[in-house]
Amino acid sequence: MQISEYTAVELSKAIKEKKVTVKEAVEACLAVIKEKEPTLNAFVTVDEEGALKEADEIQKKIDSGELTGPLAGVPVAIKDNMCTEGLLTTCSSKILYNFVPTFSSEAVLNLKKAGAIIIGKTNMDEFAMGSTCETSYYGPTKNPRNPEHVPGGSSGGSAAAVAAGEVPYSLGSDTGGSIRQPASYCGVVGMKPTYGRVSRYGLVAYGSSLDQIGPLCMDVTDCATIMEAICSHDIKDSTSVERDDNDFTSALVDDVKGMKIGIPKDYFGDGLNSEVKEAIMKAVDVLKSKGAIVEEFDLSLVEYAIPTYYTIAAAEASSNLERFDGIKYGYRTEEYNGLHNMYKKSRSEGFGPEVKRRIMLGSFVLSSGYYDAYYLKALKVKALIKKAFDEAFSKYDIIVAPAAPTTAPMIGKSLSDPIAMYLSDIYTISANLAGIPGMSIPCGTDSKGLPIGLQLLGDCFNEHKLIRAAYAYECETGVYTKQHMLNGKDGE
Amino acid sequence: MANVISDETIEYVGILAKLELSSSEKEEAKSDMGRMLDYIDKLGELNTDGIEPMSHVFPVKNVWREDVVTNGDDRDNIISNAPGEKDGMFEVPKTFE
Repeated sequence: MQISEYTAVELSKAIKEKKVTVKEAVEACLAVIKEKEPTLNAFVTVDEEGALKEADEIQKKIDSGELTGPLAGVPVAIKDNMCTEGLLTTCSSKILYNFVPTFSSEAVLNLKKAGAIIIGKTNMDEFAMGSTCETSYYGPTKNPRNPEHVPGGSSGGSAAAVAAGEVPYSLGSDTGGSIRQPASYCGVVGMKPTYGRVSRYGLVAYGSSLDQIGPLCMDVTDCATIMEAICSHDIKDSTSVERDDNDFTSALVDDVKGMKIGIPKDYFGDGLNSEVKEAIMKAVDVLKSKGAIVEEFDLSLVEYAIPTYYTIAAAEASSNLERFDGIKYGYRTEEYNGLHNMYKKSRSEGFGPEVKRRIMLGSFVLSSGYYDAYYLKALKVKALIKKAFDEAFSKYDIIVAPAAPTTAPMIGKSLSDPIAMYLSDIYTISANLAGIPGMSIPCGTDSKGLPIGLQLLGDCFNEHKLIRAAYAYECETGVYTKQHMLNGKDGE
Repeated sequence: MANVISDETIEYVGILAKLELSSSEKEEAKSDMGRMLDYIDKLGELNTDGIEPMSHVFPVKNVWREDVVTNGDDRDNIISNAPGEKDGMFEVPKTFE
C-alpha cells in the first residue's frame, strides 16, 4: 500500500510499528502535492522546509514514547483562515497577502499537541465567502475527481487535498456548509461540530455566531479521532463550551438497531437532482436494513434558511472585517490622501467582489432604520428554525438528508448568479443557524463520476449519534475515499 | 415589491462599510443589493410577533478572569506585520492638522 492511501489513523499506526518513518510520511505527501498541485491548486502555501524539520522532532518524540496518540506523526493541511504561528495566513485574500501570525489557533495547537505536522495552508473562498472556491484571490481550486468541476466551498482546498491524497486529513471551517458541501463534492468525510465544541480562537472570523472548525478526512474513524483531538474548552473563546463527552471514538460502533431516523420531506422537493436523490434513498435503505427506524416528516421553514443566513452572516461579516484597515497588518494602498481615504482605498483594493458584496449588505441591514426590519427579523426567524429542529429531535435521533442539491458544478458557472450559488447551501445552512452538528459522508457517484454526499444532522452535542450511524453505513459499504483513490483515475 | 436602491443609499452604505466603489461597481452593488433584499423580504411572510430574537443558540455569559497580564511582550513580531512602522509603533497617515 502506498503511503498516500493510508488513513490518518492507519498512518500513525504504521509509524508506530516502524513500517513508515515520519519523514517518509511527510515526503510522500510532498511528492503527491508536487505532482497534483499544478492541476488542483488546493494549497495557498506548502511549508516543505518546516514540515521536514518538524518530522525529525516528532519522530524523536514518538521513539521516546512521549507521543503515543493516534495522530502522532501524521501530516495535516490547515484551511488558510486559521492562524498558524510563523506561517503565512491569507484567508485567500489579497488584503492578507503577507500576514504571518504571531500565534496559532487553538484547534491547530491541539493538533500539534497530538503530534500533527502541518504540511501547508489550503485554498478557500476569500474569507470563507463562497460555495465553490472560485472567489480565492489565489485562483480557484479544482475538484480532484474531475478538474473541470469545482471542489465546493468554502473549504474547497481542504476537501480537495484529502480527496487527491495530498494529505490524509485537513481542518476546515463551516459557517453555512463550508465543510459538509465540499466534503460532498469531493467524496470525503467532513464534520461540522456543535457550535462551541471547538475553540474559534485564532480562526479569522466571518460570521462569529455560525463559524465552527471541523475535520475533513478519509473515513469515519479518522473523523472521530480528529474530533477528539480538536475539541476542547478554551477560555480564550467566550463561546467555547466545557464538555466531558469528547470521547468520539467510543461511538465507532457498527450498530444502528432501533435508531430513529427522520427524513425531512422538504429536502427532497424541487431543485434536488434525481441522481442525488436516488443515492440518498439507497443509503437510507442501507441504514434501514441494519435495523434503523426510518420515517418521513415535515421540518418546515427550509426556504427561509438562506435569507436568514445571508442577513446574519453578512451583518457579522461587515463588523468582523472592519479590522482590515491597512494599519496593523496586510495590504495598504500605495497612494492616499489622509487616514480615511487610506482605509477606503486599502479595503476596496484588498477585498474581492463577493466580500465587498457581503460587507455592503451587512452594513445596510445593520444601519439605522433597517436594523429591525432585516437583522432583528432574521434573528427571530433563526429562533423559529431552532424550534423546528428541537421538535424534530424530540422524535428522531438523527436527521438524514442530502448534503447538497447537486453534485459539483462546472468551474465558471456559479459566480455570475449569487443567489443560485447560495442555493447550493440550502441543506447545510440551517445547521449553523441552529448550532447543531452535521456531517457529510460519501454515498455514491453520479453518472459523470462525481461524488454524492449523505448528510447526517443531530441535536446539539449529539455528534456520537452521527458518528455511530456514519460508521455503520461505512462498515456496510466500504471506505469511499480510499476506493476512489485506488482506482488510479484521479486528477486525469 | 422590488427593492430599488438609490444612489444616496449606496453612498451611505459605502461610508459605513469604508469602501470606495467605482461608478460601475456602484451600479452593480445597487442591483445586487436590490435583488438580495427582494430575496430577504421573504422573511416577511413569517409572523414573528412575540418571538425573542436569538443571537446565540446557547445562553452566552461573559467570561471573567483576573485582571492580570498573561501574554508576553510580542511587540516586534506584531509590528513586523504592519505596512507602516516607525520606532516600534504603527505608522498611520496624519489624522488632523
